Amino acid sequence: MLEAILNGLGGLVAGFQALALDWRSIIMIVIGCILLFLGIKKDCEPLLLVPIGFGCILVNIPLSDLMAKEGFLRVIYDAGVDTELFPLLIFIGIGAMTDFGPVLAQPSTFLLGAAGQFGIFLTLLMALFFGFTKLEAVSIGIIGACDGPTAIYVTSKYAPHLLGAVSVAAYSYMALVPVIQPPIMRAMTTQAERATVMKYKARPVSKTTKILFPLVITILGGLIAPKGLPLLGSIMLGNLMRESGVVSRLTKASENEIANVVTLFLGLCIGATMSGAAFLRPQTLIVLGLGFVAICLDTVCGILFAKGMRVLSGGKINPLIGAAGISAFPMAARVVQREGIKYNKKSYLLMHAMGANAGGQVGSVIAAAVMLSVLAGMGIIS
Amino acid sequence: MADEVLAPMPGKITRILVKPGDDVLEDEEVLVLEAMKMDNPIFAPSNGKVKEIRVKEGEEVDVDHVLLIIE
Repeated sequence: MLEAILNGLGGLVAGFQALALDWRSIIMIVIGCILLFLGIKKDCEPLLLVPIGFGCILVNIPLSDLMAKEGFLRVIYDAGVDTELFPLLIFIGIGAMTDFGPVLAQPSTFLLGAAGQFGIFLTLLMALFFGFTKLEAVSIGIIGACDGPTAIYVTSKYAPHLLGAVSVAAYSYMALVPVIQPPIMRAMTTQAERATVMKYKARPVSKTTKILFPLVITILGGLIAPKGLPLLGSIMLGNLMRESGVVSRLTKASENEIANVVTLFLGLCIGATMSGAAFLRPQTLIVLGLGFVAICLDTVCGILFAKGMRVLSGGKINPLIGAAGISAFPMAARVVQREGIKYNKKSYLLMHAMGANAGGQVGSVIAAAVMLSVLAGMGIIS
Repeated sequence: MADEVLAPMPGKITRILVKPGDDVLEDEEVLVLEAMKMDNPIFAPSNGKVKEIRVKEGEEVDVDHVLLIIE
């Protein structure tokens, strides 16, 4: 009898024993707590870091089987991440939130949104150089889109074992844009270039244009890059609903309720991929490093392209706006505005940067779509 | 000579930091314009005295709207 009670009580300490034998789970629980600390105390992307951090803690508690077959987190993961459904639902919300007005009013800024994507392709090459497989390299390069849902979509489809590392990299670098970009912007421009004043000329954008934009992009983009149509189609569906003005209930649901519910589940699932055995590998550090390089390269390419536009325009373009051609919206545009006004108190780059930034939002999705279709054409993915 | 301070972009005036008759220096912050959910400081273009303020706090302005006059 006594023995049975002792054995029974032994069941209560089994978790501690298993944890004591598994240093990786201990480290990951600490990492989960750090993510929670950053989210709760430092207000750093709390909507993401709180569920990610908690998911990370949950999955590293031994013997709980939350990610085993039919476990709590596994069910959510299989339903939403494995099927790539969650990032797409988030994209409908992003489309519903994004005003493409500034880019439609100044179409040339759209080019900057394309230039800001070159980092993706350069990083892909570097990842191949480091010995990652082609599909892994695609997923790592896509961190350079500086766009969480795109990165999660591509990675869960082609390299799900890297999902934890890639999404942590994508979201943390997005949050660090205000820290990462300014030194690069300063290093690459001269004082005179940074102080250039750009007049904002508002070209009125008609409602018809705003409604046609998502339709044209969906049909054209879908024909060019069918593999990326889920991404492009969902962001443009959200945007069409927004601009049509006739389905405000659906628009609101997309940008609030649906996006919030999905953010919660998606965050939990990302945390759930961060089990010690899968995450604490040298590979993760290389992914984080390459992701950082990707975002720096995006900034560099964007500024170089803007410098080219400056030459062609006879010095009218301030090359700082090139840094906004990434998808981190609206952080990148705000960084440009703040930097610009430091060098010239009459310089207001915000609207130009918003154009480039909105262009970057579409640009990253189109870049991912093009990449997937090219890879399909090469027979690397099916 | 009077200098007009124009709105550099569309937005909402959230704060007015000077009153008519105030002396201002070039590059001194005179207004805050909220555009795209970001507070943007507007600076005086030259040294002078605030002659007239043409906007109220909370007013929505379009680009090139005259915000205040400095002479």
